[in-house]
Amino acid sequence: MKNRIIDLFERKGGDVLNVYFTAGHPELDDTASIISALDSQGVDLVEIGMPYSDPMADGETIQNSSQKALTNGMTLALLMKQITTLRKSSNIPIIIMGYYNQMIQYGEERFLQEASEAGVDGLIIPDLPMDVYADQYKDLFEKYNVTMSFLITPETSDDRIRKADKLSNGFLYVVSKSSITGSSSTISDRQKAYFNHINSLDLKTPRLIGFGIHDKTTYDTACEYAQGAIIGSAFIRALEGKGGLKEKIDKFIGGVRR
Amino acid sequence: MTYQVDDRGYYGEFGGAFIPEMLHANVENLKKRYVDIIYEADFQKEFDNLLKDYVGRPTPLYLAKRLSAAYGGKIYLKREDLNHTGAHKINNTIGQILLAQRLGKRRIIAETGAGQHGVATATVCALMGVECIVYMGQVDIGRQAPNVARMRMLGAEVRPAMSGSRTLKDATNEAIRDWINNPENTHYIIGSVVGPHPYPDMVARFQSVISEEMKWQLKEKEGREHPDYVVACVGGGSNAAGAFYHYLDDERVKLVSVEAAGLGVDSGESAATSVLGTIGIIHGSRTLLMQTEDGQIIEPYSISAGLDYPGIGPQHAYLIESGRAQVYSATDKEALTAAMELSRIEGIIPALETSHALAILDKMKLKEEDIVIVNLSGRGDKDLATYIDHLDELT
Repeated sequence: MKNRIIDLFERKGGDVLNVYFTAGHPELDDTASIISALDSQGVDLVEIGMPYSDPMADGETIQNSSQKALTNGMTLALLMKQITTLRKSSNIPIIIMGYYNQMIQYGEERFLQEASEAGVDGLIIPDLPMDVYADQYKDLFEKYNVTMSFLITPETSDDRIRKADKLSNGFLYVVSKSSITGSSSTISDRQKAYFNHINSLDLKTPRLIGFGIHDKTTYDTACEYAQGAIIGSAFIRALEGKGGLKEKIDKFIGGVRR
Repeated sequence: MTYQVDDRGYYGEFGGAFIPEMLHANVENLKKRYVDIIYEADFQKEFDNLLKDYVGRPTPLYLAKRLSAAYGGKIYLKREDLNHTGAHKINNTIGQILLAQRLGKRRIIAETGAGQHGVATATVCALMGVECIVYMGQVDIGRQAPNVARMRMLGAEVRPAMSGSRTLKDATNEAIRDWINNPENTHYIIGSVVGPHPYPDMVARFQSVISEEMKWQLKEKEGREHPDYVVACVGGGSNAAGAFYHYLDDERVKLVSVEAAGLGVDSGESAATSVLGTIGIIHGSRTLLMQTEDGQIIEPYSISAGLDYPGIGPQHAYLIESGRAQVYSATDKEALTAAMELSRIEGIIPALETSHALAILDKMKLKEEDIVIVNLSGRGDKDLATYIDHLDELT
């Protein structure tokens, strides 16, 4: 079967909306309902965070949601089951984002095999270095038809951007700024210059811009400079508000894609 | 066989730098430059002068006669407790503040558990007139009030880490997050031989002054540079790394690491990482750590706030796995008893961390001719509240 993420970017060259949420948050069994609501709102791609005790690449909102999810009893085995079940009714491309230690403890090949069988299309492991991936895991990812997206930041050199481009398939994760706090400012001229620079490098992999994308304005701006964008913390905060899950999701996504 | 870091940043299978891309530029810059900077003549001169005139080095190597009589052998204490700020921690912070200046960084962040590293960092920042932010778990802030006050008096801002268990590992996460958010002007002074390469090696080099002095001091006293044993407590492992450093390749010297068993290794309330830990990634380093089957990091327990770290420096993991270092553990109770004993028979009140190292002398079954150096890593002033709580039952 063709990888759903690869297929998505072949069909769609812009306005790709990727929404992140933490598995097991707000409630343990919300994964399927959240994905179903995102799918019906026309979200292109979902990124499910595997909650981790020490998520050093994430800001406070995601860390808190992860803690809550762990307290709720979320585990990797349960997440695999939830994805297997929801796959019967949804064909939306799914990425899981987690930390290298989680993959090691689960067993790297077992992790990739079960994720693939459950219907996961891609992974983001922010603390897995490119060299280690190239030496030890690239072949396994290909064997199980799972894509890998590396991160690039305003501090990343052109050489490393090219390396990330070469090693990534699916999309490149463009971290919009040197900050992970999910702050609510608009996109600055300095950030736009950085996006323009990336666009001038003639990269092969589509790009999604993440970090600080939280509403229609920032989403639309990001889409001017890349194939699409990723919304994380702002969506999690929306889920934490009052009201029914589906209503909250419809309202938030409707606001972004008005 | 070498026990030092290889050119990939590993000790055997341990070490490396498993960090998100947001930290890559800073860690890479440090990796490229730290060795050259440290061995520049003017760095060395400034480092040596500060260690001598400000920190008070060399620290004495003291033959503890009554302690030796109690346990056999000749037991020397390397008096790191006599350093300015009361522990070995300042050897590293002096080195790193000089390094930060040469990297052009004007803002310093650090993590701290018991507050010793935080105080040592705040001290060198005051000395150099540099902004200092120390992350400390909210729980630790509550139980280490005197050190929080010290840091504030020294001009540092103490920021509570409110996430997770609100202790050392969470303070470390917060410091890392700060560094990600402030990549241009900030240097992160890690307090132990943990974290991504090059930190474990860099911190070990700054602490290696401990064993450098041991060698010439023992030569003066015993006519030989090498003892039969070097004993040190290990949380992250910086005092042990410094005490072992110049003896690593001398197989005549047995290296002894002592972990905190807490209420007992199998009690569920312990910090004996080498026994309870499995291989994984913590704070950017591949090492032994305490974790669940799902790879979630477990909060360890010890009466000593300086030893309750869920991981262990990657070099220590390698020394233990390769058999180069022997590991013992000591419980809270054994450490408290050892602290009372050293106070009574040698007139030295040791830190709770150090007391764990002293607590295993009995288990070592020393022979008369054995020469032992125990690294007396810190003094016990900061632990008085704990000692007072147990004074009646132990005296």
